Amino acid sequence: MKPVNQKAWFLVLPVLVLVAFSAVIPLMTVVNYSVQDTFGNNEFFWNGIYWFDEMLHSERMWDALGRQILFSAIILLIEVPLGIFIALNMPKRGFWSSVCLVLMALPLLIPWNVVGTIWQIFGRVDIGLLGRTLAALGLDYNYTRDVVDAWVTIVLMDVWHWTSLIALLAYAGLRSIPEAYYQAAKIDQASRWAVFRFIELPKMRGVLVIAILLRFMDSFMIYTEPFVVTGGGPGNATTFLSIDLVKMALGQFDLGPAAAFSIMYFLVILLVSWAFYTVMTNLDREDAR
Amino acid sequence: MTDALASPVRPARLAAGARSRARSERSAGSAVVMVLYILFLLLPIYWLVNMSLKTNSEILGGFSLWPRNPTLRNYETILTDPSWYMGYVNSLIYVLMNTVISVTVALPAAYAFSRYSFLGDKHLFFWLLTNRMAPPAVFALPFFQLYSAVGLFDTHIAVALAHCLFNVPLAVWILEGFMRGVPREIDETAYIDGYSFPRFFVRIFMPLIASGIGVAAFFCFMFSWVELLLSRTLTSVDAKPIASTMTRTVSASGLDWGVLAAAGVLTILPGALVIWFVRNYIAKGFALGRV
Repeated sequence: MKPVNQKAWFLVLPVLVLVAFSAVIPLMTVVNYSVQDTFGNNEFFWNGIYWFDEMLHSERMWDALGRQILFSAIILLIEVPLGIFIALNMPKRGFWSSVCLVLMALPLLIPWNVVGTIWQIFGRVDIGLLGRTLAALGLDYNYTRDVVDAWVTIVLMDVWHWTSLIALLAYAGLRSIPEAYYQAAKIDQASRWAVFRFIELPKMRGVLVIAILLRFMDSFMIYTEPFVVTGGGPGNATTFLSIDLVKMALGQFDLGPAAAFSIMYFLVILLVSWAFYTVMTNLDREDAR
Repeated sequence: MTDALASPVRPARLAAGARSRARSERSAGSAVVMVLYILFLLLPIYWLVNMSLKTNSEILGGFSLWPRNPTLRNYETILTDPSWYMGYVNSLIYVLMNTVISVTVALPAAYAFSRYSFLGDKHLFFWLLTNRMAPPAVFALPFFQLYSAVGLFDTHIAVALAHCLFNVPLAVWILEGFMRGVPREIDETAYIDGYSFPRFFVRIFMPLIASGIGVAAFFCFMFSWVELLLSRTLTSVDAKPIASTMTRTVSASGLDWGVLAAAGVLTILPGALVIWFVRNYIAKGFALGRV
């Protein structure tokens, strides 16, 4: 058990002040907008929960939420198994292991709009390698016109961008397994699948929860990459929550609805993340025992 | 297998041979998987590099897998025009400021979380993490108003402070993970030896978690470097980041693909350099000290 020491608050104080400045003040501004309406001229009046009511009944928000959930679900279903699979196949040590690590981390450090630009170019039918190849194979591929093509491009881009994160986390988990476990499995003549199921997967559990948590949060907030590639189109087919929100708040300047939307959006993320966090701390506690 | 069965080999040696053959097949399979995956990662980047070495007319005029007449003109355009290269300078300035601020304030906080329990510690820790979860889109407009109101709009420090929103919680989280791995007896021994808290922290404790500090700094660098929405909202001229310079040029100058590609390649370089320096910590680092 950790000793109780209320003076530890002093150590936390700088973080508290800094984050409060850059989180609480803006968040309260959002709350403020969400319950007020204006006729312009910076004159606001109390509007109660009208905006929340309106947003809860607006098809636009539900559609964006549906697309968002679908997107997050698809990329998690692809990236998590693929990431684990890649991690299992990575060289364990030596020169090639460093090479793999560096090359795999590369997409993670590319600015998000450049990621979008790369895929925008790569998928173009006239000058992009991917678009050109698919066209040469006789496929009618055009991500600016066709909904399915746009989705495929965006999902592929996200898999390209983030699978490495899961792979690196899973790899770190694998590396922490003592050699003795594998030897014991060998003596028992365990199959490859049994080794994975009963040794590797349980040992990776902790880092995988972190991986899924990070990927869920970031995919749920995704803005820049799809915005650069498709601009939310064709139509509204790839307008995810953040894109819709920015359109509403900065494009149309509908502050009230946008603020109400923001708060509900934030609450959804908070709820899911809280569930993950609880699972994670419970796992930590079990490990500590 | 068939000729092995035909020849009079003892069963034990046969089994051993089959097992080692299976193992070498498996490692060959792994190599194929890794080569394919890395090819998939590098292909789009290669295409960007390829385009950055072509002239615009070659890009639009025909299709070729490598540049026929490699030219560095696109890079020259960027490196001689201040409105381009100042974008890189601005980005680097606010990213470095953010990294220093985030790690400095996160260190004592992470120590407190890893060593003591105090009133509301768990709630505070979760509240910090919630800020990592806050969609930047939610904060874009309020940030703009807040920093305009305090007169920091279009300064590097504004972007650096705004990025603290998600980097400070992350730094606390990572550092706490690494600090938990340091036995508490070390603290107690140091106090018995008469070290004051600041001296103990800087002289003894920080060197022990040096790799953790490096990893935290790496992550702060990474997330600040790749973020666009907030940095674009909070700047107009003086502190305009490179990412935003790129988006504006796309819409303004009728798509100069070659220059755009060259600018993209140049944004990848700082990240690649940083990865090279931390390559030995990368695996543990990505696990945030929790393995």
